[in-house]
Amino acid sequence: MTPTYYLLLSALLFSIGAIGVLVRRNAIVVFMCVELMLNAVNLTLVTFARINGQLDGQVMAFFVMVVAAAEVVVGLAIIMSIFRTRRSASVDDSNLLKY
Amino acid sequence: MLSQFLAQAQGQINPPDVSYAAITPILIVLGAACLGVLIEAFVAKESRWALQVGLCVVSILAAGVALILFMNSDAAKGGVAGHTGVLTLANVISIDQPALFLWGTLLALGLLALLLLADKTVDPDGALQTEAFPLFLFALGGMMVFSAANNLLTMFIALEVLSLPLYLMCGLARKRRLISQEAAVKYFLLGAFASAFFLYGLALLYGYAGSVRLSDIANAAVGTNRSDTLLFGGLGLLVVGLLFKAAVGPFHTWTPDVYQGAPTPVTAFMAACTKVAAFGGILRVLTVAFQSTQWEWRGVLWAVCIVSMAIGAIFGLTQTDVKRMIAYSSVAHAGFLLVGAIALNTNGLQSTLFYLVAYGFTTIASFGVISLVRRGNGEASDLSEWAGLAKRSPLLAAVFTFLLLALAGIPLTSGFVGKFVVFSAALQDGMAPLVVIALVFSAVAAFFYLRVVVLMYFSEPAEDGPTVTVPGAFTTVAIGLGVFITLLLGVVPGFVLDWAKGGFLG
Repeated sequence: MTPTYYLLLSALLFSIGAIGVLVRRNAIVVFMCVELMLNAVNLTLVTFARINGQLDGQVMAFFVMVVAAAEVVVGLAIIMSIFRTRRSASVDDSNLLKY
Repeated sequence: MLSQFLAQAQGQINPPDVSYAAITPILIVLGAACLGVLIEAFVAKESRWALQVGLCVVSILAAGVALILFMNSDAAKGGVAGHTGVLTLANVISIDQPALFLWGTLLALGLLALLLLADKTVDPDGALQTEAFPLFLFALGGMMVFSAANNLLTMFIALEVLSLPLYLMCGLARKRRLISQEAAVKYFLLGAFASAFFLYGLALLYGYAGSVRLSDIANAAVGTNRSDTLLFGGLGLLVVGLLFKAAVGPFHTWTPDVYQGAPTPVTAFMAACTKVAAFGGILRVLTVAFQSTQWEWRGVLWAVCIVSMAIGAIFGLTQTDVKRMIAYSSVAHAGFLLVGAIALNTNGLQSTLFYLVAYGFTTIASFGVISLVRRGNGEASDLSEWAGLAKRSPLLAAVFTFLLLALAGIPLTSGFVGKFVVFSAALQDGMAPLVVIALVFSAVAAFFYLRVVVLMYFSEPAEDGPTVTVPGAFTTVAIGLGVFITLLLGVVPGFVLDWAKGGFLG
């Protein structure tokens, strides 16, 4: 099994996540797509660690997981607070600031 | 058996050297932030405000003292021959001359922004919750680590440590809650999107070089037959993440919304300090890791510079809200800064660092002034409200005019000297066409600053115009210092330019 396939898979996951951020309307789903992108990065890091025969990439994947968890805390808090005032988590409804 | 194993393991893992003297400023700021969280949890509500403000001021001043002590110590000069500074914590933090300069700048700008945050007299019932202060210190600590990070992973962690508190601070406004929360959501979603790009760039560069240390990437790029796709794909994604934070060019879309929606003192902090930290990171990454491949990527950043200046100057003309106008002005300034940053010579580094200081102080003072013009119980940030303000409040109009002229780059202000040194460094590096374009766009941008000046001096004030609040001591000091330094750097810029001289440690 060549590791290159894992790199292609992670690139695919990253692209799916990026497209999801651009086309989805619900803030929670947009946020889930960002998390998908971060996990695609984890897969890339682990694959490169395997190719290079080092542990560094695996350690970095742990750092990314911790940061992703911290981001979830902050992100959900912000989305919750706007949901409470607006009764909607759609990013299309937030349209007071423009031009 | 176990002891034998442990002895063996100890032989294999060497704990990294820590130069505590060098990292004391970071430790003080982040330690005070943790203390602030404890105060939030255990101290009675009435005494929290004074305690938090006191803690922040003391910790920033103490960090400044620690920084000055380190700069004058032998340790600072005992690094690699001919360079100031040390590499510490297993080489992930590089405390060299640019890092020391950026730390000094961040602490000074942070102190001014803190004074704006801490002034309750401007808007007595709209003051932020006290949670803002520990968040402020965490963000400041993150910025300091970011501008000294010598390793992409450290840079990413610092990027998140500085961003996450800022997302929250944007949404903290007590009044006009809807637009403040909307700004927070937009900033958060786009910021998380951009940091995912940064991270994928990091992963590709790790695959390319087998390490995320900046100098290892530079070494790997010289004379090997590794995959160029990984190198330039990684560089591109990494730079997108960094340019987003610095609000450059086509990655600026969050800037006007967040500047307008966030509470004004938070905007002041974000506008000045984030720009300083982000450009510190851009300068370090481009200079240390990618200098040898500059002919491959510089053309792309030329285009980004031009797009950024064009967007800032042209969209700035059409704005009707003064905070949005300053936001577009910051996009244009980011373009000018990037011109200096891609010059990639010692003058480019020195002049960009100078420009950052000049821009930071002017911006904080401008937001201080903006927070004073009020209607009812909110800010009157619509430009039409500012008509004829000079008749009602000559001093405020004069101060704001001076700051706008500094942003436009008129002589005798720091803005002029900043633009002059940046453009001459770019000329020296053979980027004459880019400098000509930059001069054209700075002339266009000057127009929308002067439009506000004309509006303040030559229109009749409306009958029911906004009121100009008399600022409290904190805001007065912040605006006063901002104006003083803008003038000082315009008249005698030499001492800051001298301090900014010095290269990166790899």
